[in-house]
Amino acid sequence: MTTKLFGEPVRRREDARLITGRGRYLDDIGAGALAAAFVRSPHAHARIVDVDVDAALDVEGLVAIYTYEDLTGPLAEPLPVLIPHPQLTAPRTGYPLANGEVNHVGEPVVMVVATDRYVAEDAAERIAVTYEELPAVVGVDAAREARACVHEEIPDNVAARHHQETGDVEPALAASPHTLSFTQYVERSAGMPLEGKGVHARWDADDRSLRVHTSTQASTSVRAAIAAKLQLPLDQVEVVAPDVGGGFGVKIVHPWPEELLVPMAAIALGREVKWTEDRREHFVSSAHERQQRQEINVGFDDDGRITALDVHVWHDHGAYTPYGIIVPIITATQLVGPYVIPVYRVVVESVYTNTVIVTPYRGAGRPQGCFAMERTMDRIADVLGLDRAVVRERNLIQPSQFPYDHHLTFQDGRPVVYDSGDYPALLEKLKVLVGWDGIDALRDDAEARGRLLGVGMALYVEGTGPGPYEGGHVQVLGSGKVLVSTGLTTQGQGHETSFAQIVASELGVPIEDVEVTTGDTRRFPYAVGTFASRAAVMSGNAIALAARGVRDKALRIAADVLEADPGDLEIADGVVQVRGTPGASIPLRTVAVLSNPLRYAFDEAAKQATQFAVQASNDRPPVTPGDAPGLEHRDYYSPIRSTFASGAHAAVVEIDPATWEIDVVNYAVVHDCGNVVNPMIVEGQVLGGVAQGVGGALYERMAYDADGQLQNASFMDFLMPYASEVPDVVIDHQQTPSPLNPLGIKGAGEAGVIPGSAALASAIEDAVGRRITSMPISPTELYDLMRSETAERTAASGRRTGVGA
Amino acid sequence: MTVSIDTERTVRLTVNGVPREATVPVRRLLSDALRHDLGLTGTHVGCEHGVCGACTVLVDGTPVRSCLVLAVQADGAEVTTVEGLARDGGRGGQVLHPVQEAFRECHALQCGFCTPGFLVTIAAGLEARDAAEEITEEEVDDLVGGNLCRCTGYANIKKAVRHAAAAMAVSAGTAAGPPAISAETAADGAVR
Repeated sequence: MTTKLFGEPVRRREDARLITGRGRYLDDIGAGALAAAFVRSPHAHARIVDVDVDAALDVEGLVAIYTYEDLTGPLAEPLPVLIPHPQLTAPRTGYPLANGEVNHVGEPVVMVVATDRYVAEDAAERIAVTYEELPAVVGVDAAREARACVHEEIPDNVAARHHQETGDVEPALAASPHTLSFTQYVERSAGMPLEGKGVHARWDADDRSLRVHTSTQASTSVRAAIAAKLQLPLDQVEVVAPDVGGGFGVKIVHPWPEELLVPMAAIALGREVKWTEDRREHFVSSAHERQQRQEINVGFDDDGRITALDVHVWHDHGAYTPYGIIVPIITATQLVGPYVIPVYRVVVESVYTNTVIVTPYRGAGRPQGCFAMERTMDRIADVLGLDRAVVRERNLIQPSQFPYDHHLTFQDGRPVVYDSGDYPALLEKLKVLVGWDGIDALRDDAEARGRLLGVGMALYVEGTGPGPYEGGHVQVLGSGKVLVSTGLTTQGQGHETSFAQIVASELGVPIEDVEVTTGDTRRFPYAVGTFASRAAVMSGNAIALAARGVRDKALRIAADVLEADPGDLEIADGVVQVRGTPGASIPLRTVAVLSNPLRYAFDEAAKQATQFAVQASNDRPPVTPGDAPGLEHRDYYSPIRSTFASGAHAAVVEIDPATWEIDVVNYAVVHDCGNVVNPMIVEGQVLGGVAQGVGGALYERMAYDADGQLQNASFMDFLMPYASEVPDVVIDHQQTPSPLNPLGIKGAGEAGVIPGSAALASAIEDAVGRRITSMPISPTELYDLMRSETAERTAASGRRTGVGA
Repeated sequence: MTVSIDTERTVRLTVNGVPREATVPVRRLLSDALRHDLGLTGTHVGCEHGVCGACTVLVDGTPVRSCLVLAVQADGAEVTTVEGLARDGGRGGQVLHPVQEAFRECHALQCGFCTPGFLVTIAAGLEARDAAEEITEEEVDDLVGGNLCRCTGYANIKKAVRHAAAAMAVSAGTAAGPPAISAETAADGAVR
C-alpha cells in the first residue's frame, strides 16, 4: 500500500541526490560568476577615518570596489528592523556597508568584486582603512554597567525593556513561606551550519529581471527586501533557496548586507556575481545567541510548590537589533515551562554590546528560559531536601487543565495558551527511561570506580508553529505527476519527503508521483519562513488543505464522467473509483486532463479534453462559473495561535575527580510533538538537537576578549562536538495531538536542544555537590569551582557523604 | 604597476577514473580545482582549515582534506570524489556504494553538506578492512570521528557504518547481512 504514508518512517526522497554529490548548494551555482569578498572591521568599536583603495586598483582581475559612498537610495539607509515592537524603544541596525562607524569585529566596510575569490581577497587585502578606535563594550555585565556605550545616543546600552506580569509579584513573594534569590549566566554559542551563508545574483538586462539564489530560511521576504532596497518592481525579482547546508536560525535573518550588495553589483556590472561566506567570516559576521544574566527571585511553600516567580534577565543582543526582541520575548514567555506559576513577573533588558548580532539560534531563547526555570526547581528541591522529580511533579500543569492560559503574550503577539499535552506522563516516562529511582546504586558503583556520578533532568514546553500563515499549492498534471509547492524553505529537515507523505495520504496517490518544491518564489510567492519549529505545522497543514481541495475537485469531475455521486468515490493509487464497484474507475491523470477543457491537442492525453472529444452539456459553459481550469488548488493555513509541544530530558554524568572531565554516560529524551508525519525524521531532529544541546552545555562558547576580538573564530578553537563528544541517546515518545490544526501536529525542530544545559548543569551539580551557576562548563572551570573557597555547596551534598570531598 | 600573483600550471589528474586536465594558478586548492575548474561540486567546503572534513576526497586511495592540498600537489594522482563512489550499473543506471545505501536507509544525513566527506572517508575505511570481520564499535568511532556534522548528532551516521559493514560482509559472502531494506524504502521511489 503506497498511499497511507502519514506516520510512516518513509526514507527521504532528497537523499538520492545528496548522497551522490548531485545536491545543488549555493556555491555550486554560477560557475562563471564574478566573486565578491569583503573588507571587514578588525575593531569592535571604531570610527572610520579613511578608506584608501588605491593599492587595490592595480590587482589584475579586479572588477569593482564599493564603499558606503557608492550606495544610493534606500540602500544607503540602515538595514530594516524586521520585527518592530513597542517595547523596542531604541532599535539600531547597521548599514549594508559601514557608514562612518563600526560596532563589531567583522562588520562589512568595503565590497570587492573580481574575477575569482582569490583575486577578490588579494584586492581586499590591499585596501587600507584607517580607524579611530572607541571603547568596546563586551559581555552582558559590561553592557549593564554602561561605563561605555555602543551607540552614542543610547548611554545605558538598553534597546528594549520587555516586561510581562500576571499579578502583583512583590506581595506574593512577601507572603511566600520560603524564598530564594540567585543569579546565573548562560554564554554565547551559535548555530554554525556546515554551509555558511552565500548569495548569487544574475541580472537579465533585456527583460530587466533579477534572479537571486541565497542560502536563506526566508526566500519570499528576502525577495521583498531586495525589491524595496534596490527599488525594483517585485515581479522583476525572483529569489530561490537552493539546497541549504543547515540553518539553525542564522539564515532566518535577512536581508544580510550581502543579500543586497551582491544583487546591486550584478545589476551595476551586468555580470553574475557570487559571494560564498568562509568560516571565519561566519564566526565574526553572522549571528550568535544565548548570552544572558538571569536574576531570579522565587517564592514557594513547604511542599515545593511555587507561589511567585520574579525574573530579571539581561540579554546581550550584540551590536544591532535587526530581529527585534524576539529572543527576549521567547525567554520571557517560555520560561514558565510545564508549570503552574500563580504569579509571574519577567523583565528582560536587551542590551547592546560591540559583538556580533544575536538572533535566533535553534531554541531561540528557550534554552535560557528552561535553564532559569529548571535550575529554580533544582534549588527548591535542594533547600527543602526533596527529590527534584517530586518538586517538578507537584508544580506541573495537569492534563485536565488544557487549554491552559499563562496570561502572557507570545512572540507572535498571541496569547500563551497551551493547547494540549500530558506533562505528568512525560515525567513518569522519563523517570523510567533514565532509571531515576535507581540512581543511588549507580552512584555507589561509580564511587567504587573512583568516579562521581550525578543525574539531572529538565522539562520544557515549546511554542511551535507560530503564524501568521503558510501556503501550499498542489497540482495534478496530465502525466499523473503531482506538483507540490510551498514558499517556506528547507535546510535539511526532509520537507520533500514529509510533505510528499502528506499529499500522498490526502490525495491517494503513490508518493513516487509527488514532487515537492520549497523556498522558490517563482513557484510560491507567499510565505513567512522556516523558524520556530513551524514548517510541518504551517506548510504541512497548508499543503494538506490544498490536497483536500484537489481531491474535492477531482471527485467532482470524476463523478460527472462516471455518472456517480462524489460521495461514493474514493481515490487510491492514483485511480478514482466508485467504492465497491470494480471497473467503474478513472485514473487521476485523466481527471487532470479533463479538468482543463481544450481547443488544441498537443499529445495523446490532451486529445481527451478537446472540444469535439468531450461529451459536454450544452446548458453550461465548459468551465463552470466559480471554477477554474486545471486540477490544482492553493490553500493557506493560518493558526489562531501557536501549538505547544513538550518534552523532558535527563542526563547521567560521570566525572573524573582527577581531570574533572565530564562524561555523559546516559541521555534520555521523552518527546511529544503531537501527531508525527515521519517518525524517522522527527527522531533525527531530536538527536541532532540533543547534540547541539550537549555542545552548548559542555563545549561551545564564543570567547570574546575585553577588546571584542573573538579568540576562537575557527573550528580549531570553537569546540563543536565530533561524534566522540555526543552521548548515546535513548528516546521515548508520547503523542498528544494538537486540537488547533487539521493534522494535529506540533513542531519538532528545536525541541532537542532546549533542555540540554539545564539537565546537564543539574547532573553535574548532583555529582560534585557544588552549585553550578553558569553554562557552559568546561573541565577547567569545574576544577576551579571545586578548588574555590567561595563555591556554594549544595544542601544535598551535605546530606550525602563523600560527595565532592 | 599591475599586481598579479598567479603563476599557472597545468595539472593532470585521474578523477573518478576519468583523465582530467586543468590549468590553474599554483595557489589553487585542490578543493577549488575539483569544484570550480572541473565542475565536481559534490565535494563541499565547510571550513577551509582542515577541521570539518566535508571536503575529504581520496587521493591515491587515501582520504585527504582537499582544502589543505594545492591542486598542483595532486598532479598525477588518482582522485575519487563522492561522485565516483557509485559504480556504473549498466543501461545508464548507477549502483550505489553500500555506504551510500546505508546513509539513506539509516537517515544518516539531514542537510547533506557534510555528507560527501563522511561517505568518502567511511567508504575508504570499510574497503580497507577485512569485510569478513564483524565491525567493532572502536572501528565505527574511528571512521566517523574526524568529521563534523551539525545536523544529525552522529548516531545515525554510526548506525549507517554498521549497516554498510554488514552489507559488505554479505557481498563478500561471509555473513547473513544487514536488516532487509524496509518496505518504506521500497515505497518511496528514490533512485537506486
